[in-house]
Amino acid sequence: MASAATDFSRAVPRLWSDRLVGPALGAAGVLVLLVIAGMAVYVFKTAWPSFHANGLAWFGSGEDANAALQKIFDSKGPHYVYTLRAWPLLYGTVLSSGAAVALGLVLSIFAAVFIVEFAPPSITRVLEPVVRLLAGVPSVIYGLLGILVMVPFVGDHLISTERKESVLYVVQLTGASLLVATLLLTIMIVPIMIAISVDALRSVPSSWTEGALALGANRWRVIWTISVRASRPAIVAGAVLALARALGEAIMLAMVSGGVIFAPNPLDGLTFIYEPLQPLAAAIVQGAEGFTVKPYGATLFAFAAVIMVSSVFLSFTGWAVRRRLRRFGVQA
Amino acid sequence: MSARTDPAGSSKSWPLADRAMLALCWAAGLLLVAIAAGIVLYMAAKGVQYLRPSLIFSHPVADLDQSKSGGFLDPILGTALIVLGAIGIAAPLGVATAVWLTEYGRPAWLARAVESGVEVLAGTPSIVLALFGLTFFAQQGLGFLSTTGASGAVFGRSLFICCVVLSLEALPLVVGATREGLLATPRHVREASYALGKTRAATIHRVLLPVARPNIATGCALGMGRIAGDTAVVLLLGGGALTLEANGGIPLLGTLKGTGSTLTTYVYANSPSGEGNAPEKAYAAAFLLLLVVLVLNWVVDRIARGSEQLGWIR
Repeated sequence: MASAATDFSRAVPRLWSDRLVGPALGAAGVLVLLVIAGMAVYVFKTAWPSFHANGLAWFGSGEDANAALQKIFDSKGPHYVYTLRAWPLLYGTVLSSGAAVALGLVLSIFAAVFIVEFAPPSITRVLEPVVRLLAGVPSVIYGLLGILVMVPFVGDHLISTERKESVLYVVQLTGASLLVATLLLTIMIVPIMIAISVDALRSVPSSWTEGALALGANRWRVIWTISVRASRPAIVAGAVLALARALGEAIMLAMVSGGVIFAPNPLDGLTFIYEPLQPLAAAIVQGAEGFTVKPYGATLFAFAAVIMVSSVFLSFTGWAVRRRLRRFGVQA
Repeated sequence: MSARTDPAGSSKSWPLADRAMLALCWAAGLLLVAIAAGIVLYMAAKGVQYLRPSLIFSHPVADLDQSKSGGFLDPILGTALIVLGAIGIAAPLGVATAVWLTEYGRPAWLARAVESGVEVLAGTPSIVLALFGLTFFAQQGLGFLSTTGASGAVFGRSLFICCVVLSLEALPLVVGATREGLLATPRHVREASYALGKTRAATIHRVLLPVARPNIATGCALGMGRIAGDTAVVLLLGGGALTLEANGGIPLLGTLKGTGSTLTTYVYANSPSGEGNAPEKAYAAAFLLLLVVLVLNWVVDRIARGSEQLGWIR
């Protein structure tokens, strides 16, 4: 569009002031690019000592991560300690975001189908502001509700005393748990998934659905087998973007994660969902005060680098999928 | 959307499995309404219970006793300052970038690089930006921007640095909204302007920017909401003090160079995760914060009325 317009603009004699506008606006774009590139390089440069000292074992499991972080914090130069096995933190991140996206996927598909097909107009008028509101509530408010309402409720009413005693020597069950973290995270990421799914469902050609209706399928069958199936790529794109959002969520998870690094064990049965966890982003918030200690700062930057790479990669994937969809005329 | 009337008969005649799925759809929709209503009503109840006018007009005081720890005048001013400062940086930069991308976009490889750069920025979590800002601005040469210790140590924490880092967070929203507006402007509008002898710069200034104004406003309002709701950046870069501590004698510049807090960090500091542990204050401030977000939401709604309803959640 812009390129075709260019030809016509050439017909107008150009003043020096007009010639300067392009480069000046371009300079703004280049400035943005330089800041981003500089930031990425800086994060990796600062994180390098931590990765370098541990090698691939950084991503492995092994000794207690709480103790390792304390040792890193206490180490004095020039004999800095960098040894860390960050598996519990990675596992916490993957577990909480993965569970939230899985829950959110189910909720968002049904909610999107409801908004597009079944909701009476009066309810749609309420639902759309509701979804926007849920997207707009700051994470600190979710965190506050989590720590003041949900954590005490889970700790006092859902976890029995026997259950607390059964794992007393491993971890203390206070209510700050995988369950609370996942539920709050689901509410936080579900709006973006609904928004993308609704857009995709609405852009399915009406001739397709009308054809199916004419063949005698009922409305549920039509939307499930035609519309939802046709907008599968958009639903995947929404899930990927939501996953990126969930990986980077720090404040809410730092508030409800209980401040101890622990890897919930699925072998514990139902106790599993009541066990605390600490994702990478929350670990940065918890440890931010110690960044001036050189090896500890490098470790925090290593956490940041891992989050940045994975969430930028996921955003790009989601963006690319949506761009492809747009090329085929699907507004996603 | 078109199939409001039901050519396939009433749902009463559907197979049981289909009716169960229909019920699940209703359940999902109503669950969302219930969650949102629960959050708003609970916060409103707590807000009415604990929010007093005196809290809004008094400074925070460090005290363990909730009745003596003062109000949150400083966090309110801090929020206003940071929102205006950050959008003041993000809006010109974002609009310029978007105009360049859509109207010029040459050389193409550079435009594609800038486009992906903005996408990277949109995908970067705020905690990463915060950590980056914290160590980057703590370098010796950048001490004039922030608080410094007695021995010349640069702490890299000030409201100005918060504004700079938060503007990065709002930038993709401004760029995205502005581009959308420019791309939606038909080509003949530009051609008409050129035919009247307007230069390209004049066309952008007099024709395209006014046409895209609602989109730019939406982008800015969204960015302001994102900034007002951010905790991680201000928590790490705001300096940890609840009051606005000016650094230097010049009124506004001193405050920008000094440390401070916003409503979000006030809530965090007064929750059980922070040092304050004053839930009543936290609830009151959180209610105020929720009101700010609701108002910004409403503004976006007013601007974007008539266009697609959910499209902006990005």
